Amino acid sequence: MNKAVSSFVPGVLATSTAATVSLAAPMGRLSLRARGDLSALDAALGMTLPTRIGQRNAGAICLGPDEWMLHADDIVPIVAACAAIYEGHPHSLTDVSGREITLLIEGPRAAELLTLGCARDIDSIPVGEGRRTVCDGATVILWRDAPDRFRMDVWHSFAPHLLHLFETGCRELAAEAA
Amino acid sequence: MLLIHCPYCDETLPEAEFTYAGEAHIVRPLDPSAQTDEQWETFMFIRRNPKGPHYERWRHLHGCARYFNAVRDTVTDKFLTTYKAGEPRPDLESLK
Ligand SMILES: [Zn+2]
Repeated sequence: MNKAVSSFVPGVLATSTAATVSLAAPMGRLSLRARGDLSALDAALGMTLPTRIGQRNAGAICLGPDEWMLHADDIVPIVAACAAIYEGHPHSLTDVSGREITLLIEGPRAAELLTLGCARDIDSIPVGEGRRTVCDGATVILWRDAPDRFRMDVWHSFAPHLLHLFETGCRELAAEAA
Repeated sequence: MLLIHCPYCDETLPEAEFTYAGEAHIVRPLDPSAQTDEQWETFMFIRRNPKGPHYERWRHLHGCARYFNAVRDTVTDKFLTTYKAGEPRPDLESLK
């Protein structure tokens, strides 16, 4: 488990009638790279790794043909289970818990708020899926949990920049609606 | 903004997610030290730079992160096709 290495404190960071952006509590994050038959990894992880880019299962999201991001409260058993099958099924499993933070972005105009930074059509991301994309210059992973609720994984050094964008955006969208 | 089809994601996405990576199908010599200076220069620097359809590499940097190949018309900026790295170069006639 990572400690909160970001200067932000978990909780609400920006809010208006349009949307609310808050910082999620620290969590375990693993970057997984693997190729070929995934059945041994599926067995070790106790789930089926999604194989279509953007698809999710449990805490895992498929980011590329051979790449996944795993979120979990406790990564220790996952690391141990994968290490146990490493000999027969070589793969790369890296603890990136301290690398990034997760912003919760929710509210009636959450999707519109994201369009301030994302060139991708947010409507093309189905609920229950996610995508790695670009938000105002920074690579992010966007998880869509509901039509009006998202999570965005951001590397630490980009977080203040994106937060400023969202603070402005929350105010701007609320002012428009008024 | 251009819309580019990523053959790995199978989605057509904004150019902002992609980076250009030069001419495609340039094969690195298997034995570089056997090359003459002219041959090595050709491999390193000499490119076709055509006016019209160009076979080129792109990378879905802010997405699946894969390199793939494309045929883009350098006059119109229109993508004729994109295909996965390692797949054969598509015949231009088939793209018309
Ligand atoms: Zn892609």
